[in-house]
Amino acid sequence: MTLEARPERNTMLLNLGPSHPAMHGTVRIMVELEGERILNSEVEIGYLHRGFEKTCENRTYFNLLPYTDRLNYVSPLINNAGYALAMEKLLGIEAPERAQYIRVLMCELSRISDHLTSVAAMGMECGAFTVFLYMMKAREYIWDVIEFTTGARMTASYIRIGGVRADLHPDYRAALEKAVRETRKVLKDVHGLLDGNKIFLARTKGLGALTPEEAVSYGWTGPCLRSTGVRYDVRKARPYLVYDRMDFDVPLGLNGDNYDRYLVRMMEIEQSLRIVEQAAAALPPRAPIAAGDRPSIDPAEAIRVSRSQRAVGPVRLSPNLEGSEKDVYSGILADDRRWTLPPKEDAYTTMEGLINHFLFFMKGRGIRPPKGEVYFSVEGGNGELGFYIVSDGTDRPYRLHLRAPCFHIVSALERLIKGRYVADVIPTFGSLNMIGGELDR
Amino acid sequence: MGSESLIGDIEKSFPGELVEAFRDGEDLFLVIRPEALLRIMGSLKEPPYSFKLLLDLTCVDFRGDTGAFEMVYHLFSLDANARVRVKVRLPAERSSLESLTDLWRNANWLEREVYDMFGVVFIGHPDLKRILMYDGFEGFPLRKDYPLRRRQPKADTGKTT
Repeated sequence: MTLEARPERNTMLLNLGPSHPAMHGTVRIMVELEGERILNSEVEIGYLHRGFEKTCENRTYFNLLPYTDRLNYVSPLINNAGYALAMEKLLGIEAPERAQYIRVLMCELSRISDHLTSVAAMGMECGAFTVFLYMMKAREYIWDVIEFTTGARMTASYIRIGGVRADLHPDYRAALEKAVRETRKVLKDVHGLLDGNKIFLARTKGLGALTPEEAVSYGWTGPCLRSTGVRYDVRKARPYLVYDRMDFDVPLGLNGDNYDRYLVRMMEIEQSLRIVEQAAAALPPRAPIAAGDRPSIDPAEAIRVSRSQRAVGPVRLSPNLEGSEKDVYSGILADDRRWTLPPKEDAYTTMEGLINHFLFFMKGRGIRPPKGEVYFSVEGGNGELGFYIVSDGTDRPYRLHLRAPCFHIVSALERLIKGRYVADVIPTFGSLNMIGGELDR
Repeated sequence: MGSESLIGDIEKSFPGELVEAFRDGEDLFLVIRPEALLRIMGSLKEPPYSFKLLLDLTCVDFRGDTGAFEMVYHLFSLDANARVRVKVRLPAERSSLESLTDLWRNANWLEREVYDMFGVVFIGHPDLKRILMYDGFEGFPLRKDYPLRRRQPKADTGKTT
């Protein structure tokens, strides 16, 4: 650290973190104090660096998807979507319409869980523990829907290049409606608990404010930029998936302080709920499962039979493959076997399916995009989440760089807390919603 | 503001500094000479272009291919909803470049990251040091000649594990 206490001015150094209950990941803030006032500070990051970009250069395009889950681990599905869409732009393919609606649905649920977590943690650090519990409860309902669809709560790896891994569960509606209803209730409760709360206001109003010009200069995007009044949302500026068919507003703040960041996130949850409802209503119908009335046969039996004759009945798949049966496949994954896996039934029973399956996973084969580069960004929980991928024509990226919105936001922290009291660090830092996995990569 | 006029304007204002310029779909590419980086970026930031947001700044190690580091800058204009990708090719033996910290504040950390990962030096940067790696880390991990599983001395003891 270069920061040094100056004895002649009677200053003191205080170390916040790297392991501190109010540090959302592992980050160290060294502050130089005169009394309780912060004269200077230095933010040290990198404690959660896993070498994401280096790792990706050594994995195939298909295999590196799970690593993207672990970037912003509160909204992993948006990371999946960002990567998949960047790859689709590079490959020149498009996911089926139903898959696009499912992606929008999942991305917005993730955004809600991201914002809920952020506001919950910020509230808790200001002493509002009830808010934390209410919001975690709502997040559980959201994650129920995500788990129902993807089979995982956080590390979903659900959105794949060319589509999604599995179709929605036939009964997902009930869970979704419950999640939306409960989240609305919690929003109302939290508005009531915090909006006019004296303690909360004292620690958020007018604190950590940034002007729009400064916010742009720091490269802020997402809720933090919008809290300063700048209208920039990737979903509106560069609509991807089917966001151009959704009717939603972009909430803006006025002062760019902690309180506005809280309010913008709260209002964005409401907008995301609106998108979720619209996407669920407009979802193109699922292809009917034709196999319903015929008895299904074991994979081993299917393989044996298909050696001598072609058509066999429906194959009984592993429960892990629920939702990706051949009947629904065309609705969830792009129909181009160079970039997507064949249905499992085909791999079991047809020559072409087997060849496609092997070619997809063979070393040096698989997804090999043309030489070139691509930058594609989506609106993540914290702002513009961009993937910059350079391809040299092999099955591994030559370079993969993530534009992490958090990185830019946290870089302004030193500026935000300068001249404030040491107690202001916690709500200011909380309102930025630092996510270690994304910040340090 | 049309992208063709932007390319024309840059060519006119900075003769000989534009190496390559083309348009690919929505994206606009400019490859410029390293010496002109600060001046061209400065003028891109101001009206009429107003690329006020430095979206991203990174580097690609093409030393094995073209013998150069390629710096990649992504700029965004909030007014025009336009993106531009500016590239600078740095010969491997002279991998230093002017810092953009005077133009954009987030360039501070972004350039530190590139220095940390690739060893590119930014002239005029106020505090150029490692950011994600620790002090005492040897080498630059995102260079292509850095092996995936190379061991490093521990941060504190200086002994290898």
